[in-house]
Amino acid sequence: MFDEMNAPDGGYRAPYERIAAWLAESGEGMLSQRQAEAEALFRRIGITFSVYGEGGDPERLIPFDLIPRVFGASEWRRVSQGVRQRARALNAFLWDVYHRGEILKAGVIPEALVYQNEAFLPEMVGFDPPGKVYSHVVGVDIVRTDATEFQVLEDNCRTPSGVSYMLENREIMMRMFPQLFAQAAIESIDEYPSMLKRTLQEVAPPACKGEPTIVVMTPGPLNSAYYEHSFLADLMGVELVEASDLFVADGRVWMRTTRGPQRVDVIYRRIDDAYIDPLSFRPDSLLGVQGLFSVYRAGGVTLCSAPGAGVADDKAIYIFVPEMIRFYLGEEPILKNVPTWRCAIDEEREHVLSKLEELVVKRVHGSGGYGMLIGPSASKKEIAAFRKKIIAHPDEYVAQPTLDLSTAPILAEGGIESRHVDFRPFCLVGKEVRLTPGGLTRVALTKGSLVVNSSQGGGVKDTWVLSD
Amino acid sequence: MLSRTAEHLFWMGRYIERADATARLVEMGRRMAMLPGASGEWRSVARASGAAGELGDDPKATADAIILRLLIEGENRSSIRSCMVQARANGRAIRTAITQDMWEALNDNWRKLESVTASQALTDLPSLLDWVRQRSAAFRGATETGLLRNDGFIFLRLGELIERTEMTLRLLDVKYYVLLPETDVVGGGRDFHQWTAVLRALSAQRAYHHVYRGDYTPWGIAEFLILNKIFPRSANFCYRSISAALDELAMDYGERHDCHDIADQMVERLSETDIQTLFQSGLHEFITNAVRTTNRLASEIAKAYYF
Repeated sequence: MFDEMNAPDGGYRAPYERIAAWLAESGEGMLSQRQAEAEALFRRIGITFSVYGEGGDPERLIPFDLIPRVFGASEWRRVSQGVRQRARALNAFLWDVYHRGEILKAGVIPEALVYQNEAFLPEMVGFDPPGKVYSHVVGVDIVRTDATEFQVLEDNCRTPSGVSYMLENREIMMRMFPQLFAQAAIESIDEYPSMLKRTLQEVAPPACKGEPTIVVMTPGPLNSAYYEHSFLADLMGVELVEASDLFVADGRVWMRTTRGPQRVDVIYRRIDDAYIDPLSFRPDSLLGVQGLFSVYRAGGVTLCSAPGAGVADDKAIYIFVPEMIRFYLGEEPILKNVPTWRCAIDEEREHVLSKLEELVVKRVHGSGGYGMLIGPSASKKEIAAFRKKIIAHPDEYVAQPTLDLSTAPILAEGGIESRHVDFRPFCLVGKEVRLTPGGLTRVALTKGSLVVNSSQGGGVKDTWVLSD
Repeated sequence: MLSRTAEHLFWMGRYIERADATARLVEMGRRMAMLPGASGEWRSVARASGAAGELGDDPKATADAIILRLLIEGENRSSIRSCMVQARANGRAIRTAITQDMWEALNDNWRKLESVTASQALTDLPSLLDWVRQRSAAFRGATETGLLRNDGFIFLRLGELIERTEMTLRLLDVKYYVLLPETDVVGGGRDFHQWTAVLRALSAQRAYHHVYRGDYTPWGIAEFLILNKIFPRSANFCYRSISAALDELAMDYGERHDCHDIADQMVERLSETDIQTLFQSGLHEFITNAVRTTNRLASEIAKAYYF
């Protein structure tokens, strides 16, 4: 098992030398006290996270662990290049499948996987979004399995969340341990909001002349990521709107303001495709803005991400991302995929069914760690139940080997212990591809657990990228 | 700014002010009820709040029932807890329009009141009431020193002022309508304490002395609370501030609306009249009309700014 801090020879890995010294200087008693202070700070600021369908405290706090996860400069260079490469390829793929579908014609990806995908929107065919960008914020979930190997678990092309935790975790750490930052050379992540704003400005619609008006669109305060929506709007200095604040008239989108209607050019929407426009997508929905999609298609407004971008990030398409990179960019993938078996294919399903107790099985369209089977830690009963589900709906499942995720130190009740971590950087795609040196490190707080999702008891950490 | 944002700010101002005013009202009831021979005071308090009306008319309503109704009952949309919950919900819906300090003030209020039980509320009543007033002051302080002086600030302020006007008028009405003495000069003992309780509820006791330097008289107190130009909770002061705030909006937006006229007319009326005239034509009628005008003003503001 690879540990981020402890080297096999008993010493510390180079990027963690400063952290190790700090832990030794501070002592566990002091750290535990600071941990409690950090939690109080989070609660006071009101950074909370509610989990769909779990009931209980609607404003639960994501546990924060104060020992940072560290990338050395050269490690980061590799991850960063790999993430940018992936973000470019995913956008190229989206443009292709909504136009001529060259990659399908070339037989690289089976047509059915795209055209019969729930996330594929026929309404988007033939439309050119500004800059040919579909996914403006790409969240790539990365795990590490040894000193050199980084692997991608999944891509998030729609509206990946978590970036507010990246920013707030850093803020809290800087507030609590200023001396630590003075001594270590840590890349700054402050620029993220202005980079996001620049990205959104770059994809203004053709009808917009002059400075575009940008808004962040949220489903509202009951949404689990509402804090993040308001936080980003605030940091970019733009309005946070709900569907009821917007309306369509004269071929443009407007928001209701105290001065009357004001035009809106770019919508960074944090709502699902289905709720954008009841006229186009969900006639039964009261949510959304009537006529928004037709204004979008006519070039009167830009939606970020583009409707239909989800076809690039489901787990059946994921398998082909390395091929996409070769096909569109003519490059070798820098980050590897995790080997994945598709249960829809007979031989692969047989293999999966014969090794269920070793594999991780995921739903193709699922997210958030729900409806997942982790073979090695599942009971016989759970495995049997999953076996039935897979046989009944093979198309809906894929399986991967149980990865030995790297571990990083956390402050547990009994002192400093190792727990499994993953990492989600947020790559911005406008006219340029931008990546902040950092991201969100999630950590499985339960000993031995591999599930890092905040909805399943995972926590978060500050993530440091050391400069050269 | 978004109309929805303006609306939330307006109501946030109202709810915080209402929580504060309700705490003052309960404090007034507590003081009145401590006197020997007290009987109907809590019911007058219930009536004044406007949110516990039927308890006010129920001779069997206990003091505890009325206090709990005003303090923590969730079904009462104007209880202090409901006000704090709603103010926080307003704030949460427009996190970007308020400062971190304002949010923290709202969030702290909510966290404490969320867990208060009925028996705790009754046992710790005095300190709980003090706490509510301090929290409202903390919120106002955070607003005063941190919030940009743009239209958002004005909408928040309008909400506060409208609520404050209404509460002053209501308090006064209770004293007059329910407890009006027969004599010209405020009598000793109970009557004296009831009057001073009204002033105290509005933090106006000292101020009254500074201005009048004499005895408490019903006219003196009514004049002070309705017509005085420098006492910040008087109807006149509140209306002048409302009018000034609306003028600022009109300058900023380059447009005047019906709400401007309503506010100006009220200011004119309060400036021209004197307390004798008000008494002669009926103080209770005047107050009822003023409350109605204030409600109309609130809905005209909402109409003018699209919320």
